[in-house]
Amino acid sequence: MTTWEPVIGLEIHVQLDTRTKMFCGCALSFGEPPNTRTCPVCLGLPGTLPVVNAQAVQYALMMGLALGSEIAPRSIFHRKNYFYPDQAKNYQISQYDIPICLGGHLGDVRLHRIHLEEDAAKLVHLGESGRIHGADASIVDYNRGGTPLCEIVTEPDLHSAEQARDWLNLLRVTLRQLGVSDVNMEEGSLRCDANVSVRPAGSTELGTKTELKNMNSFRFLERGVNAEIERQVALLESGEPVVQETLHFDPSSGRLSSLRSKEEAHDYRYFPEPDLVALVPTEEMLAAARSAIPELPAERAARYESEHGLIADAARLLAFEPAWGDYFERVVAAGADGRAAANWTEQLRARIGAEAEPSVDPAALAKLVGLVGGKQLNAGGARQVLDILVAEGGDPEAIAEREGLGAMEGGDELAGIVAAAIAANEGAAEKVRAGNDKAMGPIVGFVMRETKGRADGGEVGRLIREQLGA
Amino acid sequence: MSELLTLTAAQAAERVRTGELEPGELWEAYQRRAAADELNAYTWVADAPGDVDRSGPLGGVPVAVKDLFCTKGVPSQAGSRILEDYRPPYTATSIEKLHVAGAPLLGKTNQDEFAMGSSTEHSAYGPTLNPWDTGRVPGGSSGGSAAAVAAGSAPWAIGTDTGGSIRQPAALCGIVGLKPTYGAVSRYGMIAFASSLDQCGPFTRDVTDAAVLLRALAGKDPCDSTSVGLPGPVELPSRTDLQGLRIGVPEELSGDGVEPGVLAAFNETLDRARELGATVEPCRLPHAPHALSAYYLIAPAEASSNLARYDGVRYGFRAPGVRDLLHMYTETREQGFGAEVKRRIMLGTYALSSGYYDAYYGRAQQVRTMIARDFATAFERFDLVATPTAPTVAFELGAKTADPLSMYLQDFLAVPMSLAGLPGISIPCGLSEGLPVGFQLAGPAFSENAILDAAHALERSIDFRDAPWRSA
Repeated sequence: MTTWEPVIGLEIHVQLDTRTKMFCGCALSFGEPPNTRTCPVCLGLPGTLPVVNAQAVQYALMMGLALGSEIAPRSIFHRKNYFYPDQAKNYQISQYDIPICLGGHLGDVRLHRIHLEEDAAKLVHLGESGRIHGADASIVDYNRGGTPLCEIVTEPDLHSAEQARDWLNLLRVTLRQLGVSDVNMEEGSLRCDANVSVRPAGSTELGTKTELKNMNSFRFLERGVNAEIERQVALLESGEPVVQETLHFDPSSGRLSSLRSKEEAHDYRYFPEPDLVALVPTEEMLAAARSAIPELPAERAARYESEHGLIADAARLLAFEPAWGDYFERVVAAGADGRAAANWTEQLRARIGAEAEPSVDPAALAKLVGLVGGKQLNAGGARQVLDILVAEGGDPEAIAEREGLGAMEGGDELAGIVAAAIAANEGAAEKVRAGNDKAMGPIVGFVMRETKGRADGGEVGRLIREQLGA
Repeated sequence: MSELLTLTAAQAAERVRTGELEPGELWEAYQRRAAADELNAYTWVADAPGDVDRSGPLGGVPVAVKDLFCTKGVPSQAGSRILEDYRPPYTATSIEKLHVAGAPLLGKTNQDEFAMGSSTEHSAYGPTLNPWDTGRVPGGSSGGSAAAVAAGSAPWAIGTDTGGSIRQPAALCGIVGLKPTYGAVSRYGMIAFASSLDQCGPFTRDVTDAAVLLRALAGKDPCDSTSVGLPGPVELPSRTDLQGLRIGVPEELSGDGVEPGVLAAFNETLDRARELGATVEPCRLPHAPHALSAYYLIAPAEASSNLARYDGVRYGFRAPGVRDLLHMYTETREQGFGAEVKRRIMLGTYALSSGYYDAYYGRAQQVRTMIARDFATAFERFDLVATPTAPTVAFELGAKTADPLSMYLQDFLAVPMSLAGLPGISIPCGLSEGLPVGFQLAGPAFSENAILDAAHALERSIDFRDAPWRSA
């Protein structure tokens, strides 16, 4: 039986977070009434001409530099000609064979290219299904038309739907950190199509690929890609060939349907855009782009692992959410040990939610970490102190004292309670004496209840073993 | 009154400046003439000069504007049914500059549809007639502007030149027409035909008026990425001789294909230039014979894309009774476009199509580069080149409409300069069979001042007296 290896490449469109559109001065639209963010240029009125948005160029340069691409010393725009009502001029201004960025990589995935282009307008089909088939009429909202887009094309370096999903997320947090886009799939500022093929494991040839469209969430991307891999494998295993085609993902059924019926071989008749001159990034532009690039998530995660000794998962969590990463670093700067600071930052995040502003003073959290480290507080007590810090702020030491949450010292008091616990749990005590350490549970529980959780678990265990001679 | 109508625009502006002439009087005289036009030179005539500060350098002298310039709230139809009564929400930069400089809009003039043609017979609004002989064409595509100036129903006018559409009608109508360097004047608001070739320019009674208009028109426009303006100010021409000027006469553009009467007038003018002190010698532009073919691939290709937006969706004509999107597209464009426009869209689409791009559009662009290099080489030895502007005098209506290729040949003397982006002027230099002949001077990029100066000296010597506007 053949083992099949999926081969996946992604084509991603990112809406850039510029103030105005790619080729005109209209402000970008966020849910405004239809056709209120338009002008003669983005409506394609007779006689109008495009002018390149410098901020969009800078964002593209930042992306290319951050992702290790080669920046073209001279790139040009091309016209991509096709008739459709969401394209006001019936051509899209894009880039073709001389894009602004070539190559690059992010994580394990190589990039093929990055280029600039303008977004299409939004078509609404008026009918029951909202789809074009069976619609009585269609209307167009040109607010979105002309929004700047960066198209990123990867090499086919992904080999599973999960990997594709994870990588897309890495791209998303990286672009977020760069500040070039909201990269929100639900809102449409991040869009992803996938090219999928399969081949026998170990083969180096590529199978026929299909293009998957309309997966507008991470979950749908994963489902769609998996569905297509299954479909292709089933075809090939029954001796059928895979046909190159475009497939549309239906979120309600999770199924893919062929767009072949409306598929016309598109000849886009690309030619260089005669209304625009070549893009030649100057040294100043490149320097400005370079200096605008902050520390990116992958680098930051690596730094947390090496500098603060965090484990990979913890490093990733904090690095991928810059607000929390920044907070963590402030807690460390206030004197806390790296790993413990990460742990307690995560505890805070779990309490108030990832989207919330870290609300506890970093110095206070650092102090809490110190109290736990110095065994003045055990974990249970510290959690209760943290709850109070979240609710009202304050000084951890004072709170612990006030609420009586301080760790119980070892010594006679504790030894006495342990003795009482042993006496109350003869059965368990026997088992422990006999060598079954795990039977200690009820005795520990008794001690914890008596001490209201303040006893140090390790010390309790030690005392139990000591008293039982185990 | 009739004396007023025979002033050049500069003369009229001067009298307005000195207070001798009321701008209102000037306006009324021309408005009346334009409204009474019988040549079908106008598609729209203004009732009033509008809110224009007539104390500007253009002195309140009204200007007629080719219909493809967007003029806010005023029909801008580019000679086409598909834009019938289309009124833009904005005004073209070049025209706005004229208004700011003090020239009110007199009217919109007739043209070949979307600037595609050399006779104005391809207008959806009927042909324009040549005031020299109303059985003949005024040339095209800016025939309306040329006829209006020649007939004296406008003191000056604006047109566009993509492959000769200012220079050729200027020649056929016996007036001055100037195509500036590509990029000197903004294209924003010019309904596009071929983006890498279209340029805005003046039609005038004399060379000085052309300089005055160019001065108001030229300049870099932030709305047009391909505009650069002129490197220095436009100077009013003053030369009276051509001492020290070296004029090259391209062999490929001064013999074969030019009718004998035109050639005779052209050669006489070359003699005149020599008398004025110029050195006149033959030169070669070896790739010029291929210019027309290259042009008729590049221009239609760009046009096929520029005209894609006329689809009935947002503005302009939409065919009634259509059943779906594709039907709307095809019916709208079938009914809205004329035959010549359809011909060029098909030609252009073909030239760009997959499998043919390299052989046609790609190759044509390479030929274009060779032509530009030919000129550069010629300009190492010469200051300017001279050719007849058009191969014939004004021809009869209908004489060339049956054979598109014979019409295209009208442009073969003008197209090389267009492909190279170079400036060129046509001035009337004589008559052949009683009809005007145009003399073209072209120069390196941004040599407008030199061209205007040389043309001015020649114009003085030629002293062309026959234009209809003189007896308006």
